[in-house]
Amino acid sequence: MSAATEAAPAQPGAGGGPLLAVENLRVGFATEDGRVQAVDGVSFELEPGEVLAIVGESGSGKSVTAQTVIGLTRSPNSHIEGSVRLSGEELTTQSESQLQKVRGSQIAMIFQDPMTSLNPVYTVGKQIVEAIRAHDSSIGKKAAHARAAELLGAVGIADSERRVDDYPHEFSGGMRQRAMIAMGLALEPSVLIADEPTTALDVTIQAQILHLIQDLNRSRGLATILITHDLGVVAEVADRVLVMYAGKVVEQGTLDDIFYDPQHPYTWGLLGSLTRLDQPRPHRLPQISGSPPSLLRLPKGCAFRPRCPHEFAKCKEVPGLEARLPADPNHCDRCWLEPEQKARLREIEGRIGLEEPA
Amino acid sequence: MSDGASTGTAGGPLLEVTDLVKHFPIKSGLLVDREVDQVRAVDGISFYVNKGETLGLVGESGSGKSTACRAVLQLLKPTSGSVKFEGREIAGLSRRELRPLRREMQMIFQDPYASLNPRKRIGQIVGDQLKIQKVASGKELRTQVEGLLERVGLSPEHYNRFPHEFSGGQRQRIGIARALALGPKLVFCDEPVSALDVSIQAQIVNLLDDLQDEMGLTYVFVAHDIGVVRHISDRIAVMNHGKIVETGDADQVCEHPRDDYTKKLLAAVPIPDPRESRARRERTTAG
Amino acid sequence: MLRFAVRRLLGAIAVLFAISVLVFLIFNVVPATNPAQRIAGKNATPQLIKNVEKEWGFDKSLPEQYWTQMKLIFTGEATSYSLAHINIDERILEGIPVTASLCIGAAIIWLAFGILLGYISAMNAGGLVDRFVTVIALIGISMPVFWLASIFLYYLTYKVELFPASGYEPLSNPGKWASHLILPWISLAVLFAGFYSRVLRSSMLDVMNEDYVRTARAKGLSQRRVTVRHVLRNSLIPIVTLFGLDFGVLIGGGAIITESLFNLEGVGYFTAEALGQQDFPSIMAVTIFGAFFIVLFNTFVDIAYAYLDPRIRLGTSAV
Repeated sequence: MSAATEAAPAQPGAGGGPLLAVENLRVGFATEDGRVQAVDGVSFELEPGEVLAIVGESGSGKSVTAQTVIGLTRSPNSHIEGSVRLSGEELTTQSESQLQKVRGSQIAMIFQDPMTSLNPVYTVGKQIVEAIRAHDSSIGKKAAHARAAELLGAVGIADSERRVDDYPHEFSGGMRQRAMIAMGLALEPSVLIADEPTTALDVTIQAQILHLIQDLNRSRGLATILITHDLGVVAEVADRVLVMYAGKVVEQGTLDDIFYDPQHPYTWGLLGSLTRLDQPRPHRLPQISGSPPSLLRLPKGCAFRPRCPHEFAKCKEVPGLEARLPADPNHCDRCWLEPEQKARLREIEGRIGLEEPA
Repeated sequence: MSDGASTGTAGGPLLEVTDLVKHFPIKSGLLVDREVDQVRAVDGISFYVNKGETLGLVGESGSGKSTACRAVLQLLKPTSGSVKFEGREIAGLSRRELRPLRREMQMIFQDPYASLNPRKRIGQIVGDQLKIQKVASGKELRTQVEGLLERVGLSPEHYNRFPHEFSGGQRQRIGIARALALGPKLVFCDEPVSALDVSIQAQIVNLLDDLQDEMGLTYVFVAHDIGVVRHISDRIAVMNHGKIVETGDADQVCEHPRDDYTKKLLAAVPIPDPRESRARRERTTAG
Repeated sequence: MLRFAVRRLLGAIAVLFAISVLVFLIFNVVPATNPAQRIAGKNATPQLIKNVEKEWGFDKSLPEQYWTQMKLIFTGEATSYSLAHINIDERILEGIPVTASLCIGAAIIWLAFGILLGYISAMNAGGLVDRFVTVIALIGISMPVFWLASIFLYYLTYKVELFPASGYEPLSNPGKWASHLILPWISLAVLFAGFYSRVLRSSMLDVMNEDYVRTARAKGLSQRRVTVRHVLRNSLIPIVTLFGLDFGVLIGGGAIITESLFNLEGVGYFTAEALGQQDFPSIMAVTIFGAFFIVLFNTFVDIAYAYLDPRIRLGTSAV
């Protein structure tokens, strides 16, 4: 396989191809202050039963990427290029009504804030019934209602026969996220996109929801895209990781690649700034200085350059997303430093981190 | 951090809270409201903070940690209990009596977007307290505010800007500058980093650390993220259902928790280390 | 829910009582002149003034006065001396079918057009259609009712004779009833339709950005279902509040201009008459009558609100 995933040749159609293939996806928005390239050439593939984590901070384009997969970012102000194929079938060129058949039934999505993601004026059951009957109107209301109760039970809501008729505000945060997952599973999709599914939840509830997603992933072979900023969550459930910064993937690899052999200084920074309970605390957290760039005024060359203590002349050119480690063709990054330099520079006080600028 | 262990000039702790209770009544009745029950938001907590140290107050949503914070600061009237600041009882003091104490105790809030008045310039936001308490005015005021801005990592040129021109991390720096303007002894930090991006969180945590060393501040650091709390705190108090279930040295509590709830809380925190978390998963499924 | 409804109703009764006391005080205690004389009219004989004084209890203490007067008004024994000795309550009761015909018809029109225009506007926000509808709505809001009604009367009944002149026809002849009411309906509805369309537009634009609308789209609902069942449904809540208030005011005699111009002898028409003659018993009765409807519809709105937004039901019982 050639190194540049960005310019990978078109995959053969259905059959042998991956379940979901995103290729050179670009999403731009027209704003009052100018055009914003929220997603700039993102490519990835997802196999059945796999958990792919997309990691990044606000404005990195991770949520826009996920929402664009099912066409939620389509609007008169947005400009979408590239390709999204589900089992070989192109989604970006499909009409809105064709896409509606895919949403919910083949690709389900759950969101960050379960408090606001359910409509407060309908019962939880009614909202699940609505999802079921939107895709299969031959199912009667009664049967759909029974199915909704059954689904709520399956995601661990006790007394689901009764709770199915509750309104969202009668559920706790964790229960609402379970209800969202039940709604997502109603039509047995092959892909689940979870956009920061646990960020708004307490840590003990977070653990339960992550286990639930993991269970579903194993027992049903549900392929999952997990959008998060929390590397702890990533370490718990992901198989592969994409790290995004300012609309671009800056590093991608397996879970172990990213945590034990990170190649991009931004990844080092993320790992370094974690407060870990399993290690003695460092005197000072190795922080990333500065703040993420405005998408309206991206720096020339590598977007991370202004915050990077290891910047050198070559960084004024945009680095491609390439496999730079000869031994590992699937571990790609966008940094001009040599692998040996990287291995040396990322060590700070015995752990991985980003050096503070002098 | 370890040099902050000295216990005040008066010998006693800077802040001492004893049996603090804050109950909210639940009223019901078809025609006339009767008090049928109480929400025991804070149900008899005791703790102390020594001068120069950081006490971490950790708990999940609904544990009562924010209410406790407000009741200690007398922003909410405690139902009962005692709060002593520098040995002096402050629970039950009137608004007027509390005013001079507001210089000594300040608060940093969670949401850097909501806690700054959008129509005021940064200089005003930071300098207002100085003006109200008649500490400085005119040129002197401006010099002091510019100094504060520099100290929290902003530039003096930001004096005339408005909050919306700043990122979340910068706004939190403004909030910190405002809290420090009057040179307080004790600063309550209520979830100061939980609304921020990961890379910015570390910056703010480091800033708080630096300011503590420079200015000899004492912190009560309230957060749900036990990792952050452990990093910044000397001692930790774990809250659950309005009660403090465990207190102790930060490392001690995190490495050898005694209380069941603390254990549960720690076990739920994801470990950002795939091998570790795999090993832990195997341990829990095997056990 | 029961607790909620009972509390709202009790609250409404308390408010009505307070209003009746206030109205009583304003009409009887505040003016410096002899109230009995004012009631009896300009050319009253001393004997009549004496009778009025006795009938309305002016020779007794204030609480007794209040009681006597409320009894007169609520039992239907109050007589207007200035307005040809009519029975005030009977006159109001006669006016109710007229006012109700006017208000219900107009309400249907303004709700239909307000919601339709607001919906179209919100769905095309920023586009040409939206701008066009905005202009129409603003024209509707800015046109004074008396002016619009006069234009209608002059061109459509006098010049073209498309509609019958004016006056009210009972519902027993529906065709005639409607033909007499079409112009009043439209005159009254235009302002409200314009206003409601603006409110609905902004409410819908707010709701469109809600997370649950994104959820509805993500589960594969059709665009139409998303906008009707999720966006429109939730956006109608502020409209319900407005409607309750506006409708209460109108049915309580607030459509004074429309009723007077079109010669519809409803409650509003009677109010105008009473005001013209400065007939205090009638004004007092009409004011209390109007207040009753405003409070009544407000209570309906609160209860409807709780039905439309289940969070409110539980919110109140939990506090």
